[in-house]
Amino acid sequence: MRGIFLVARRDFAAYVNTIWGWVILALALLLDGILFNVLGMKGNALYSSEVLKQFFYLSGGVTLAVGVFITMRLFAEERQTGTMVLLEASPLSDAQLVAGKYLSAMMFIVLFQGLSLYMPAMIFVNGKVSYEEIAVGYLGMTVLASAGVAIGTWASSISRNQILALVVGAVVVLFFIACWMISRKSDAPFKELFSYMAFYDKQYAPFQEGKINTEGLAYFGSVTFAFLLLATQSLSARRWE
Amino acid sequence: MITVSGLTHYYGNRRAVEDLSFTIAENEIVGILGLNGAGKSTTLKVLAGLVIPTAGTVTVDGTDLVAAGAEFRSRIGYLPEDPPLYKEMTVTEFLLYVGQLKGRSAADVLARLPAVLKTCQIDQVADRVIGELSHGYKKRVGIAQAIIHQPRLVILDEPISGLDPKQIVEMRQVVRALGKQCTVLISSHILAEISETCDRILVLNGGRIVASGVESELAAAAGTQGTRVTLQLRGSREQIEGALRHVTGLQSSNLAEEPGGLWKVHVALGADHRESLVAALVTAGVGVRRMVEDESELESIFLGLTQGATA
Repeated sequence: MRGIFLVARRDFAAYVNTIWGWVILALALLLDGILFNVLGMKGNALYSSEVLKQFFYLSGGVTLAVGVFITMRLFAEERQTGTMVLLEASPLSDAQLVAGKYLSAMMFIVLFQGLSLYMPAMIFVNGKVSYEEIAVGYLGMTVLASAGVAIGTWASSISRNQILALVVGAVVVLFFIACWMISRKSDAPFKELFSYMAFYDKQYAPFQEGKINTEGLAYFGSVTFAFLLLATQSLSARRWE
Repeated sequence: MITVSGLTHYYGNRRAVEDLSFTIAENEIVGILGLNGAGKSTTLKVLAGLVIPTAGTVTVDGTDLVAAGAEFRSRIGYLPEDPPLYKEMTVTEFLLYVGQLKGRSAADVLARLPAVLKTCQIDQVADRVIGELSHGYKKRVGIAQAIIHQPRLVILDEPISGLDPKQIVEMRQVVRALGKQCTVLISSHILAEISETCDRILVLNGGRIVASGVESELAAAAGTQGTRVTLQLRGSREQIEGALRHVTGLQSSNLAEEPGGLWKVHVALGADHRESLVAALVTAGVGVRRMVEDESELESIFLGLTQGATA
């Protein structure tokens, strides 16, 4: 565990000790705020719970995008700068390396989520929502982002450069988002399969309404585990080349 | 003690190294010499635990590379040709991170840090950001990261490439100092450097070891045994030629006049009879201003070995 936290701490420091980490945070918060203001609070007579649902709907997308964006550097940058050999020559296992990298990105996501708290807090000015609803929404957003971060980690593990990692990660995440659309055009049994796989419509929607979706927790957990496992296998395969 | 036995590695269908077997004693500095594609990098990567060999075994103090897995890598320090450095960190921060990454506690690393900084001659830049350092300092920080966890074997791939003459001299001192602390394996394409810093040389060609030993043993294997020197002398042609006739094992000599009554003389000796050469010249009243061993000697040995192996 010590090795995992060591890698996570260094990578998290690499995010926040450079101007780019804060630029990404600022841009993501700006985008999140604009979307919330323009789309989330449109109209005059919205229930507070409706505003909160809109916030989690929009913020979930921004968080997912941030997750894919920040993970592109995890392994691809190490390869580009030649520092990957430090990790590969260390006594840490490939699974520990992947876990450390994933954890660092999740720490950054949690920081972003913490900084976005002012938006749901603003609802209390003219409305009323429960803390539980907010907590459940953030839980859903965290597991959604976790799946995106895991996909980005895998994409970075198989890519030689960061741009390629970003493209691969974004395409896979977009596929999972678009599954609801694919399900509408499919026949059984693929209709049910794609509907189940849809990140937003099926699995994330209940969290936006303040309902803990255990099926969604299991699903996002499974996607996270599967892609982290793929990332580990990708690193291990390089030793056997 | 490092033991490599029957080491073979294929990249797909392409053979990189085949049936390499050698041992390296404790605190020995061994050089790996070979042309591009000879299998040097693959050998180093296998020893560093970066690549799992197709066949064969590698053990460090009895611990097997494949059986020990990740734990094996804590016994190895590795510096690739381009030092792997996080340029935004200071030297101390970086070494503290790498030491812990290699399994040492922070307290252990901090205790060892002053000695490592001194060995690598980077104590004066310990608090500087790595990105701001010169290439020579970066190379030395690269060596420091390879030894910070007190490994049994340190592998240096082209440690002097890109260094200026002053930095090369300093790097030699660093490598020699390393040899007192651990076993060192160096790969370099600069033949004179290998000869200068290593106790023993392994010559690789076509993925196989074609010769192993100290320089004289390699010369014997290559059939180019002997010594070639260049002298700068003061005296007459007759005096010099007369003196050379009395030198034991003289194979050939070549005189060229230089300004100021000086002579540049190339001499080939059948064995290392440099003392008798100087004695003969001095006895004949010839002024010996300088004697330099020809740098191309190892080169000719190397070419003899590799050409012989491929023929």
